[in-house]
This record gives sequence, structure tokens and C-alpha cells, in this order.
Amino acid sequence: MSVQTQIHTKPQAAARTAPAVPNKMVARDVKVFYGAKQALKGINVEIQENKVLALIGPSGCGKSTFLRCLNRMNDTIENCRVEGLIALDGEDIYGKGIDAVQLRARVGMVFQKPNPFPKSIYDNIAYGPRIHGMATGREELDEVVEKSLQRAGLWNEVKDRLREPGTGLSGGQQQRLCIARAIAVSPEVILMDEPCSALDPIATAHIEELIDELRENFTIVIVTHNMQQAARVSQKTAFFHLGDMVECDDTEEIFTNPRDERTQGYITGRYG
Amino acid sequence: MTVTASKSHYQSEEFARRLRGRYAAERNFKIAGIAALALASLMLVVLLTSIVSKGYTAFQQAQVRLEVTLDKAQVEERNYTAILRQALYAQFPQITDRTGKRTLNELLSSGAPYELEALVKQNPAIVGTTQTVWVRVDDEVDQFVKGNFSRSAPESERRLNDAKIAAIDAMVAKGTLVQAFNTTLFSAGDSREAEQAGIWGAIVGSMLTLTVTMLLSVPIGVAAAVYLEEFAPKNKWTDLIEVNINNLAAVPSIIFGLLGLAVFLGFFGLPRSAPLVGGLVMALMTLPVIIISARVALKSVPPSIREAALGIGASPLQTVTHHVLPLAMPGILTGTIIGMARALGETAPLLMIGMVAFIVDIPHGLTDSATVLPVQIYMWADSPERAFTERTSAAIMILLGFLILMNGLAVFLRKKFERRW
Repeated sequence: MSVQTQIHTKPQAAARTAPAVPNKMVARDVKVFYGAKQALKGINVEIQENKVLALIGPSGCGKSTFLRCLNRMNDTIENCRVEGLIALDGEDIYGKGIDAVQLRARVGMVFQKPNPFPKSIYDNIAYGPRIHGMATGREELDEVVEKSLQRAGLWNEVKDRLREPGTGLSGGQQQRLCIARAIAVSPEVILMDEPCSALDPIATAHIEELIDELRENFTIVIVTHNMQQAARVSQKTAFFHLGDMVECDDTEEIFTNPRDERTQGYITGRYG
Repeated sequence: MTVTASKSHYQSEEFARRLRGRYAAERNFKIAGIAALALASLMLVVLLTSIVSKGYTAFQQAQVRLEVTLDKAQVEERNYTAILRQALYAQFPQITDRTGKRTLNELLSSGAPYELEALVKQNPAIVGTTQTVWVRVDDEVDQFVKGNFSRSAPESERRLNDAKIAAIDAMVAKGTLVQAFNTTLFSAGDSREAEQAGIWGAIVGSMLTLTVTMLLSVPIGVAAAVYLEEFAPKNKWTDLIEVNINNLAAVPSIIFGLLGLAVFLGFFGLPRSAPLVGGLVMALMTLPVIIISARVALKSVPPSIREAALGIGASPLQTVTHHVLPLAMPGILTGTIIGMARALGETAPLLMIGMVAFIVDIPHGLTDSATVLPVQIYMWADSPERAFTERTSAAIMILLGFLILMNGLAVFLRKKFERRW
């Protein structure tokens, strides 16, 4: 497969970061079709380990579609066809050797609307480790639950009511519960699809702090409509427009010195 | 229209008139709705009143008290009829002629000797002693005691002649002929004699039939619904299957009876009148109902739950069995119980496979001859005796009771397991 690089990366910027941080995931010429309609027109992105990559762009530009390609959630959509190469640690995730179920355990996901299971807080977290056989016995499971909730910054708020339903928490707490649920299975990459769009500013601030902390252990890709959020939490930003990836660079570069005028138009609020 | 113009429009007489019109339309709609509800309630009240007023007397049965002397020789000959008759004659020492005695004989139920025999078998120690027993009277005497026959009609047009009425009145006055709770109705099978007829046989038949129906249609129906809703590709084949399932749900039930007759009796040679075949036919009939309601229940589970489970690496089957199915369960249960209630009340297909037979014995297995509640009602409704008329209504009340119970259970289960997200 021929790999064309359409990414406008400044040579010196690449020289500064590329050797230091290895690529966790790489997308080459990714095209997605919903039936006859093409949603992505050849995306090339590198996702660097232990960094936060923000995907920004106007509605319908394909950010979420691209995000869902990274853990093959698009498999569940009828008529959805993915072309091109997406590699995790150098291995094609659409290749024969990779199982979608196993992949999704390695590449976790947090959704736009908090979607805890209608079960207890404990069972929400414990479900993943249970089905993957990651904890044997009660004590080990308790430990995983506690650790996950602590890392998601929710432990102190819920430690006395682990048996209560997860759906009884506030919106922001529910979203942190979903993040805790995602990290409980020890993924390598966490995908977040507008995780704060249903939350108030205080809950949003909580999640943003959390994302910054999680970066130490995980590689994170976040879709956001909120420009300030992208600027606050991410190290890399990719701007999508009408199914194309227009520009991908260090967040600071994108926001201070965009190369493409569409990027500039979007981040300055001229359209989108 | 400019802003100022529209402002004056909202304050104009024209607008006020339209507003009144809108309120009037709403009021009329509410009145029509309440009227419809009232009419439906009235119909229900009329139906229930008619059934209850005709049927409540069937829960009582007239019995006569007799001092029977269980003579050893007579017991050995199994001549219980004679034992009973002697006890009855003893109450009327003034009647000595044959005609008078025959009149007395006719007061007792033809089943009374068997009752006495059963009593003796249960407790052989009573042979040789004198015992006070209550035995059933003939259904016509029972109806007379309940006041269902007129006394004033000329003797030739009456079911009971003057001599019988005199004897009955005498026994009622002495307190030896009284009405008691009709246990036979709940413990016996069918009979040609109304006072010996009960619906227990039909209830057991219904339970056996429904058990077969449930064991077949629930697992198959739920599995089919889960496959169609969660796994099957959406193409013209699945569309075709969906159209066919919806059509099957609307097929008249008698057609399923004919199918059962041709396939289960004709081809596989299964026994007639058997709950097994009845259950198979009912399973075919309720399957589309269960599939449709289960699919609706599965559809109502939000997709975010499926995404959440898939997103942490659950396999599609785990997603369904751990999350989607438990959340859809209340809806599936409701649909299942309503399907079962429909099967409980179904008559037509069972006529085709011979469950309309006159069966006295209580069925003990799936291949025993049996009938079911609605068919029993159908057969009793066909009987001309006044006593069967009230038993028909009583059986309808019992059937309605079961249906209310099942639907109540459906509501209870839905409320209990309903979960919000």
C-alpha cells in the first residue's frame, strides 16, 4: 500500500518530538464509507504514546467516525466500510490476527453521553476485569475497583456507596465512572468522544484535570467541539474538515500559528 | 406582517375568538374521551354483572343429610344405592308406596353411591356403624332449592312434580337439605350430571397445555428475537422474515388448529385430545406474539448500553446476555404472559385436534386425553340443563380470574424489574 503523507508538519517540530516519543497508533490513508457515502477521505495521523491528541472540527467532519475506527466500533454499524491502514504498536488492527473484542480491551472508549450500566457502581467497574479474567477472587477485584475509581478521582465521593446504582450519580460523576470503567481493564489507549459535552463547567474541569493525569499511563485521543478544551488538555491537535484531515501539529502551533486558512477560520470562530 | 401589526393581532377580537375555539376543541376532545371510557366501562359492568348474576349460585350445591347404616352385607355387595335409599326413606316414614319411594329415589344424585363408596374405602372402620353423611342431591332439586324453577307453573309443565316439591320442602324445613360450598366444581372432571361436573379436569388440562406452550415458545421466541434484533444482518431476507412473523401473529387461530391436525396428528401420529399436541399448536400460535414483543423490548434498550459493553471489550454475545437481555426482560416477560393469557383463553385451534371431547378423568400426563377451560365452557354452554347454565358462568368467572391473575402478574413483574437509565 502506498502511503502518502499529507500532514503539514513543520520539519523542525517533527525533529523535536519524533525521536523522543514513539507512535502508539498510526493511521495511513484511512477511508470510511457509509454505504455509498464517503465519510473520511484518506486520513493520516500519528498518535504518540502518553500524549493527548485532540480532534477538532465542525460537526459532521468525521472526527467521531475516525475515533470509532481506532477501536473498530464501526464494525457494529451496518454498511460501514473502512479502508486504509490503522496500526496499534505497528500491527494492523483490521488485519487477520487481530480480534475486535481483544482490540477494544486494549483501546478503551468513553462516550459523549455518560452511559453507566444500570448496575451498582462496583459492578460497573468490575464488569470489564471480570469478563477478561483480570482479577481472580474477591480481594483482587476489590483492589481493581478501588484503584480504578481512585485514578478517575471518584473514590472519595463513592467509596461509601459502591453498592448503589451507578445511574444515581450526577452527570459528571457518571462520566468519571465511565472513565474508571474504561481504565479498569488497563487499556493502552483511551478514546474519548466529546466526554464533556453533556456536563456543566465544574464537572468539565474535573474531567479535564483527570485527562491530564491519565496521560502519564495512557495514550488519549479526544474529540471535542470546545476549542479551549482542546487547547487546555491536548499536546497534539488534528483539525478535520469535510472528511479530510487538514492539519495536525503540536496544539500550541495549531492555535497560534495555523498553516491552513480553514484551520485559522475555524479556531478564530469564523465558521464551524 | 410587521411586529406592531402582529402585536395588535394577538389582542384583536379575531384572535380571542380563535383562542376560544381552540379551548373548545380541547374540551370536546376530553368529553369524547371520557364518554368512550364510560361506554367501555358500562359494557364491562354489564358483562360482569350478567356472568356473576348467572354464575354465583354454582359455587353452592344443595346437600342432604342422611343417617346411613352401613350394613356389612350390603357394603360387601357394593349396594350403596340401597343403603342411601333406606336412609332417605327413614326420613319419610309416611311414604310407603312404590311411586312415593321412586319420587324419593330421584331426589338423590346418581353419583351419591360413589361418594359413599369412596368414604367407606377411605375409612373401612365405619362398616357396620351408623354414620351421618352429606350427599349431593340431583341437579334439578338443587336448582329448585336455589329458586331457579317456578312453583306456580302447572304441574305438567314443571320439572318437579308436587310430590317431589313436598318432600323437598319438608327436608328444607327440617334442615336436612341445605346448600353448602360446591367443592365438586373445583375437584371433579366433567360429567353428564351437572351436580357431579367440575372443572378441575379442564384446569389441569389447561395447565399441562400451557406448560408445553411456555417451554417451547419462550426459549424459541426469545432466541429468535435476540438473533433477529441483535445479530442478523438487515437485508431483504430478514425483512421477509419480519413480514412473515407479523403476518403469522394475525393468522386466525383455527388455521393453527388445522395445521396441528395435519402435522402433529396426521403426519407424526401423536394422540388426539392430548395436552402435548394442544401445547404444540398453542406454541406455534404464541411464537409470533412473543417474538414481536421481545423485539420491541430489545429495541427499547438504549444503544448506549451496547456501546458501553462493546467499548470495554465484551463480545457481542456477552453484551446481549449480560446487559441487553436483562434490561429487556420486563418487556419480554410482559409479552410472554400476555401471549400465555391469550393461549389460555383460546378455543378454536383445540377443537381441531380433538380437545373438545367429553373427558371425565383428570389428565395425569401430556398424552392423556384432556380438555381445557375455554373448551369446557364451550361444551357446558351447549348443555340445555339449567344447572349447566350456572356452571358455565361459574367456569367463565374462574377463567377470567386466571386471566386477571396472569395479567396482574405481568404488571407486577414489569413494575418490579423495570429499570431506568
